[in-house]
Amino acid sequence: MTSESRLYKLKPPLKDSDLMPLKIGDKVSITGLMYGCRDAAHKNMVEMLDKGQPLPVDLRGQILYYVGPTPAPKGRPIGAAGPTTSLRMDAYAPRMYDYGVKATVGKGTRAEPVVKSMVKNKAVYLVAIGGLGATLASKIKAAKVAAWPELGTEALWEFKVEDFPAIVANDVNGKDIYKENVKYWAEKLK
Amino acid sequence: MRKAFKDAAKTEVNPQGREILQMISENAEIAEKEWLPICQDTGLAVVYVELGEEVRFDRPGLKEAINQGVSRACKEGLLRASVAKDPLRRGNTGDNTPAIIHIDMVPGDKMKLTVGAKGTGSENMSRMKILTPSAGMEGVKNFVLEVVTQGGSNPCPPLVVGVGIGGNFETVAEIAKKSLYRPLKDKNKDPYYAKLEEDWLKEINKSGVGPQGLGGSTTALAVHIEALPCHIGALPVAVNIDCHAHRHKEAVL
Repeated sequence: MTSESRLYKLKPPLKDSDLMPLKIGDKVSITGLMYGCRDAAHKNMVEMLDKGQPLPVDLRGQILYYVGPTPAPKGRPIGAAGPTTSLRMDAYAPRMYDYGVKATVGKGTRAEPVVKSMVKNKAVYLVAIGGLGATLASKIKAAKVAAWPELGTEALWEFKVEDFPAIVANDVNGKDIYKENVKYWAEKLK
Repeated sequence: MRKAFKDAAKTEVNPQGREILQMISENAEIAEKEWLPICQDTGLAVVYVELGEEVRFDRPGLKEAINQGVSRACKEGLLRASVAKDPLRRGNTGDNTPAIIHIDMVPGDKMKLTVGAKGTGSENMSRMKILTPSAGMEGVKNFVLEVVTQGGSNPCPPLVVGVGIGGNFETVAEIAKKSLYRPLKDKNKDPYYAKLEEDWLKEINKSGVGPQGLGGSTTALAVHIEALPCHIGALPVAVNIDCHAHRHKEAVL
């Protein structure tokens, strides 16, 4: 990236004012609660929202972490727990931002409707480094299943995290780190 | 792979990319020390069997034995159960079975097993296409570059890119997958394809995608090509991508 990146500390629940200063490429460090979920839990949540039912946990102002962890070894809160590919959640993400989720954490690009939804809702998308399953697990200090234990790894998880590292990939202005960085480096490597 | 990450960290032009490569190396060290998988997607078990024609099996037979092994690895190794029972009705088989099994008969009384644990972030970004013969080498190369560039950040670069050329609809994908499990340092035995592997790797690394798609010169660590004779009217090509959690092991029994 060309511009200098800054470090922000995020402690959910998040307010618009926590997210307004974030720019793509900035680093964030998250401490507090994060809710782990992937395809199957999203399907359930959006179905509940569509029926006007309350979600099992109030996720307004919260951060969703797209993850399906491995089982916890003895003496550890969780197994490997790196981010999964976010685009699979694109079908659900605008609905979750509209509901009040303020940030999602995953890896890879987001579709245009998701980016628009972030602008509309003053929300952000953060990326964690894909494949850092062991490193990111060490940032999770406690884990429990918040809903749908029958979904196994795909349940809705509640994590207590400390200094969980991520990078701002889409900010409240709808900028996209992937597009800008790849364009910049492709030009440079010509 | 760890050596490849360290080497790439020396040549990567983007400072953020170098930092990411460093983090990937550290993750492997933490995983080893803490007995955790390097990635939570512990993959779909893909098993290649080179089966000697003189080998005989007791019950329960080869396929059942492989599946029992995969199930034990999932439960005892605390791997993630990542297999949906049905593609549309979903559900989970609970133990990563059934494995994808490819059996090839060879002369002799031995059996060679190659096991890959294939993550799906990269599998989802893989593509196949049947070109016309007039597309030639350039057409195949452009398709490979298109697949890698369009995949961008999603398949978790730096990648290993497996390319199948020739054969037909089903075999082109099979050879692309199989090429992934060739050791990284080994080139195609045919010097023509070995040269293409080298050239295409350079081109891929000029795409700007970089580590994790956040920009840079390390988009792929290797390109592996396998080719097969094909119909005079077709030029099939398959690009099977693997992420940096490139896990495979061989054993001869």
